[in-house]
Amino acid sequence: MSIATRLGGHRSGVIPGFGITLGTTLLWLGLVVLIPLAALFVKTAELSFDQFVAVITSRRALHAFALSFGLSLAAAFANLVFGSIVVWALVRYRFPGRRIFDAIVDIPFALPTAVAGIALTTLYADSGWIGGLLAPLGIRIAFTPLGIFVALVFIGLPFVVRTVQPVLEDLDEELEEASASLGAGRWMTVRRVVLPSVVPALLTGFTLAFARAVGEYGSVIFIAGNLPNYSEIAPLLIVIRLQEFHYADATAIAVVMLVASLVVLFLINALQHWSELRTGRRP
Amino acid sequence: MKISVVDVVKRFGDFAALDHVRLEVRSGELLALLGPSGSGKTTLLRIVAGLDWPDEGQVQFDGEDALSRPVGERHVGFVFQHYALFRHMTVFENVAFGLRAKPRNERPSEPEIRRRVEKLLDLVQLGWLAKRYPTQLSGGQRQRIALARALAIEPRVLLLDEPFGSLDAKVRKDLRRWLRNLHNEIHVTSIFVTHDQEEALEVADRIVVMDKGRIEQTGTPQQVYDHPQTRFVHEFIGESIVLPVVIAGSEVQFAGRPIGIDPQGIADGAATLFARPFNITVLPASAEADLKGVVKRIHGIGAARRVEIALGGEPEQTIIEVDALRSQQWRVGQVVGLRPEQYRLFPSRA
Amino acid sequence: MTALLVTAVDENASLAPPNGGAAATRPAIRRTGRRRADARSDPAWVRWLVTSLAVIFLGLFIVLPLICVFNQAFSKGIEAYVAALRDPDTLSAIRLTLIVAAISVTSNAVFGVIGAWAIGKFDFRGKNLLITLIEIPFSVSPVIAGLVFVLLFGLQGYFGSWLVAHDIKIIFALPGIALATIFVTFPFVVRELIPLMQQQGTEEEEAALSLGASGLKTFLRVTLPNVKWALLYGILLCNARAMGEFGAVSVVSGHVRGETNTMPLQIESLYDSYQFAAAFAVASLLALLALVTLVLKVILEDRLVEE
Repeated sequence: MSIATRLGGHRSGVIPGFGITLGTTLLWLGLVVLIPLAALFVKTAELSFDQFVAVITSRRALHAFALSFGLSLAAAFANLVFGSIVVWALVRYRFPGRRIFDAIVDIPFALPTAVAGIALTTLYADSGWIGGLLAPLGIRIAFTPLGIFVALVFIGLPFVVRTVQPVLEDLDEELEEASASLGAGRWMTVRRVVLPSVVPALLTGFTLAFARAVGEYGSVIFIAGNLPNYSEIAPLLIVIRLQEFHYADATAIAVVMLVASLVVLFLINALQHWSELRTGRRP
Repeated sequence: MKISVVDVVKRFGDFAALDHVRLEVRSGELLALLGPSGSGKTTLLRIVAGLDWPDEGQVQFDGEDALSRPVGERHVGFVFQHYALFRHMTVFENVAFGLRAKPRNERPSEPEIRRRVEKLLDLVQLGWLAKRYPTQLSGGQRQRIALARALAIEPRVLLLDEPFGSLDAKVRKDLRRWLRNLHNEIHVTSIFVTHDQEEALEVADRIVVMDKGRIEQTGTPQQVYDHPQTRFVHEFIGESIVLPVVIAGSEVQFAGRPIGIDPQGIADGAATLFARPFNITVLPASAEADLKGVVKRIHGIGAARRVEIALGGEPEQTIIEVDALRSQQWRVGQVVGLRPEQYRLFPSRA
Repeated sequence: MTALLVTAVDENASLAPPNGGAAATRPAIRRTGRRRADARSDPAWVRWLVTSLAVIFLGLFIVLPLICVFNQAFSKGIEAYVAALRDPDTLSAIRLTLIVAAISVTSNAVFGVIGAWAIGKFDFRGKNLLITLIEIPFSVSPVIAGLVFVLLFGLQGYFGSWLVAHDIKIIFALPGIALATIFVTFPFVVRELIPLMQQQGTEEEEAALSLGASGLKTFLRVTLPNVKWALLYGILLCNARAMGEFGAVSVVSGHVRGETNTMPLQIESLYDSYQFAAAFAVASLLALLALVTLVLKVILEDRLVEE
């Protein structure tokens, strides 16, 4: 009995190559992704449970987690707010240069993180164009958690916009017309008719931005300052432990981050599923 | 409420969607805007609603200028072709929407809203669906909810855009009848747009036949069917037999020979004769009839037998279909006489 | 009330009738002074505010950093810019980046096609799970991606001693960098192809088979051409990420200038040694790459829609 039929049949009995392609895919996936990730857990298992807990609840680790997760949440939220404004302007209004602005939204996706890192650091340092404006006011951005926040907002920017954009574009015009014809004011129409249709996409975008921000390294380490217990992000702590050859400690922290990422991944899939039910399309 | 449309023009680029349209809608009537796609009927409806604006012209509700108000202030109840129900709200919340959207000082209390919504749902006989979501309803149910929602704001006029277009034939027929009965009950001025002439003929008090942005004819279903005034109306409504003829003086000629009917004052030259199939009498060749043809085919069973008759010789042969009574027996190849009892002549277009 | 045809002749706003000739006979029709408010448009002040905020936000967060890159790159003049790019260590970083990108793009493109075939043309239990597993690298921090390979192949890794015994270098050398980059860019091609292959169904392939074509021929001549734009799109994104990857590569590389530095690492190296203009010079190349990628992306997206 072929693999295919054992796995529940396939779409067409006639198309060849199922076995070999599925087999190759699984092999590749296993070698490149799954086994290496398994190594992570195997290494962590070398620690006893108490050691594991000690590592991930050490003061430094806790600070790093709080910083990474906390700032990622804040940045994702900032992107939620400003991303909504941007996507509304891009979809609903016409203004000169709109198409260019639309295209550049993808730059944080496409730009290598190291490039973003040094550019942002230069901009927000005390001698930079923006940092220089704020320094006299006593506001320092580069080398503080605020700098990390700025970098995380940068890299999360496209997520909310690109996730919400197709939903907003496809929104049935008649819904707003119906609402207006029933006497609702513009704000009420937006709040009660447009927004609910867009909420799943907003949440998905928020979660994607958050997930990306938590693991971000290159954009952040230049601007962060990297002081333990203050401006040290979790990925950096992993690298430091690695350089000290404390592999197990590094993996312990990595496991926490990985589990968090997987939870978020699961959440994103669930949200996308919900959104499909709501609006009949994938965000 | 009376509606007056005065010399309304709407252009999309070079294309004139509405070309100096004038219309009077009487208070309490159920009016159909009937025409093929592109005739401008939906554009006209949307302009009355306030979802579109004319380039020229006026629209008045009971004598007041309606164009100075946005859609939300016109108190029109608009029913969209694809319902436009708010899918994240229950049926109840959908119908209540318009009431809850009113400004605070005009808004009824919640118990009052509940009472009104329930009354409306009963009116459309869907009270039992109040807690469901639109996606859980059938097409016909959704349409009735859309109607109930529009009625909730006590509109001065009900505007329906191809209300039954997306439904299948049986449901459409039922809903047509239902709409007519509803209108008899509530007497709100209503305008509905359709491309289905059967629907318009069956439901409306008056029909406005439109083509290419102009009104071709306005009248009761009877008037429009029995006395079509333009060739478009004749062809669009009901079945027509079309015969190319030539007017020469006081004669009407077909294939070079006079056919013994009155030219109805049409000028000399090429013209077209229009008649309903049941208004042409088929007689044996021996009878008195100047118009002759040959039976080509007989089809249909029972009462609705149709006879295909070829008139004129090659190459200009015209084939028409007429009703044949059961009592008459025709054979293929038989020569028959034809007498148009009731007909219209229109000059051919240049 | 036949006065319904009241045509309010407004002294101020008489509209010139469309046909000049008919002006005399047609009463002047007043174009009503109503707001041209659409049922779907926002009040003017809202439009202004939202648009301004959007433009300011995008300008601040995206345009400014980009300008900064190029501004800093040329801050010491064109000659210094060119000299920085011609520096041997930088040149070898560029070379290394290109090699690594070529390896990972090829590897993931091949995998992508094979995987999309298995997933897109067949139904089987666990398909969704497989797709989710394939997408894991997207949600993993790049540092963790590098970490896992160090765990496996580093000096103190599971295979460490075996590798030393056979004098094979993975970590701190090209193979390690390539592996880490492959990991990070793993899903790019396959996730572009899967929905397309699914949507296109199996009819054309079945037709080809019924006409006598072999499986491979069918694949090459029927399937592949149908997905060529999506394939290119996936390769484009894969390449952009591969060339720009920093975190994962940083962990597995030895950071040796001239040997195990990719361009992003070289940027870091130059920046850390205060050679700012040079660092930005290299960065400007990658920024240009990003811009070109975006332009190509837009072009390909149009093709994709047709497909």
